[in-house]
Formats: sequence, structure tokens, C-alpha cells
Amino acid sequence: MAVDRRIANLEGEAGLPRKNGELVFQAPWEGRAFGMAVALNDRGAYDWEAFRTHLVENIAGGEPDYYHSWLGALENLLVERGVLTAAEIGARAAEYEAMERDPVF
Amino acid sequence: MSDHDHGHRHDHKESGHHPEAPSEVEARTLALESLLLEKGLVTSEEIDKIIDAYEHDIGPMIGARVVARAWSDDGYRARLLVDGTAAVRELGFDHPANTELRVLENRPGVHNMVVCTLCSCYPWAVLGLPPVWYKSAPYRSRAVSEPRAVLAEFGVGLTPGVAVNVWDSSSDLRYMVLPERPEGTEGWSEEQLATIVTRDCMIGVGIPQLPSKSPAGTVS
Repeated sequence: MAVDRRIANLEGEAGLPRKNGELVFQAPWEGRAFGMAVALNDRGAYDWEAFRTHLVENIAGGEPDYYHSWLGALENLLVERGVLTAAEIGARAAEYEAMERDPVF
Repeated sequence: MSDHDHGHRHDHKESGHHPEAPSEVEARTLALESLLLEKGLVTSEEIDKIIDAYEHDIGPMIGARVVARAWSDDGYRARLLVDGTAAVRELGFDHPANTELRVLENRPGVHNMVVCTLCSCYPWAVLGLPPVWYKSAPYRSRAVSEPRAVLAEFGVGLTPGVAVNVWDSSSDLRYMVLPERPEGTEGWSEEQLATIVTRDCMIGVGIPQLPSKSPAGTVS
């Protein structure tokens, strides 16, 4: 598992939140959102620049925090690429919120 | 990422447990992961591995970029050796104000290595968190008493003519080693150069290796 330097070296506002030089995830979902976006990039589902562009847009758009912006970027990109639809994401999220599904993390 | 919830209710509320319904953002994350899993686009193990790798390997990249710049730009190298803290900040990275970073240049005939004999002072601002062995009693004592033997165990074989300087870190003075740029990297971009600068090289217990060569005794 090699670290992709373009991801590790994200700059400025798009830079990954760190403490003592290490990545920090404030909650498990942040790590999952991070891992999904990186895994899809590693598999070639999109190129990193496309993800970064969405991320920067969302940060500029005033999401509450970094990983909200990150998750939104991933959703937008997957919908834009036709991988998932907004409707299926919304429906599945509603099932989790209603506790109709067991969380996987 | 090791907390799992199996749908039953818990009385405690540490993060990672979901005694109540997931929050909106957690639900969206769960939705994405479950849909991507179903479509075979990712696996949970892949995500686990990525989180682990980035949490543990990403720290040293700041130091690696500093080294790559120093190898590429003599002016930067000179500034780095005079004032490490300022030179790190010059590249846009944070460095705490209450700690001085001194960069030690490896040269032909001089090899530097870093230890903290009293505890585990470490240049975390540039290298991330210290490896477990750095904090171990054997490294802390043997780096001073028999540095060549320690280096040999890390795969760094020095000829007898090379002097070894061991630097003892403290809470207000941290050291980082600037390794020698390996032959065969002429014309490389800074980005390429940074990929061969490992944490161990910057502690002084490793030598940058070209990808094509077999790594001599890599220790993680």
C-alpha cells in the first residue's frame, strides 16, 4: 500500500487535517470517507485532479468542516460520473438514519 | 477504526459506537460505502489498508519535501542548514515556535544520526510520529554506545573512514538528517526525489535507495 504523494501533498485549504504531522480523523466516518475516495482513485475510477477540484469547490462553498467537504466532493463526483445516483445515495442514507440497516463501521 | 457496532444499543457514547441512529453525515458515509461495496468498486479491507497506510506513513512527507528541495536548490539548502525552522516554514509547512529544528548534512566522510537518549524527542513537525524503535531503550542507549553496529542492523554499512556523529535531541532542539543525494537521480523532479526520502533516512539510520536497486536492509 503506497501513499500517493498527490494526496499526501494536497496544498493550502485542501490540505489534509494533521496533528503532529500525522493525519487526524475526528470520527470513524471521516476515515471511511477518506479511504473510499483514495481507493477509487487508486483503482482508476477517476483521476485525482477531478476529486481535488470538487474538494476545493466544496471548501470554498462553506461546508462545516474539511471532511464534510470531502464527503460532498466524493458524492458529487460519483454522481457526475454516473457511478451512483443521488437518489440511491439519499435512499440508502435514509435507511441508515432510520436504523433499518446495521452500520458497517 | 476498530470500533464495530452490531446494531444493539449501548449505554456508553464513545465515538465509533452508535447507540442512537447515525448522524446525517455518518448515514451518508455508510450509504456510499455500502453501495460501493455492493457494486464491487471497493472492499472494506482496501479502505482499512488505505487509512492505516496514510495514518502511519504520511508524516515523513514534509521532511521528504524539504530534503528534495535542498537537493534541487543550493540556495535553499544553505538556508535550511542555517535555520531549519525558517526553511520548513518557507515551504508553507507549520513548525512550532517553541522548538528549533537543526538540519544535519551528511557529506562524504560524515554520517549523522539522531537519537533522544532521555525520552523520545523527535522532529514530529517534519517526520510525523516517531517509530516504536526510536523510543525503545536499546536504540536510545546503543545509538550512543555502538552507533556503527546499530547502523549495520538498519542496513547502513559505513566504511571505517566515515565519521559517525550522533546527535541527542531535546525538547527545544530537534534534529533531522539531510541525506546525500544518491547518484543516478540527475534530472529528477523534486516530486520524484521526495519519493525516495524515507523517514529512516532523515533519522540517519537509512540511505536513500533508487527504486531499481534492491533496498539494502529496509527496516520499517
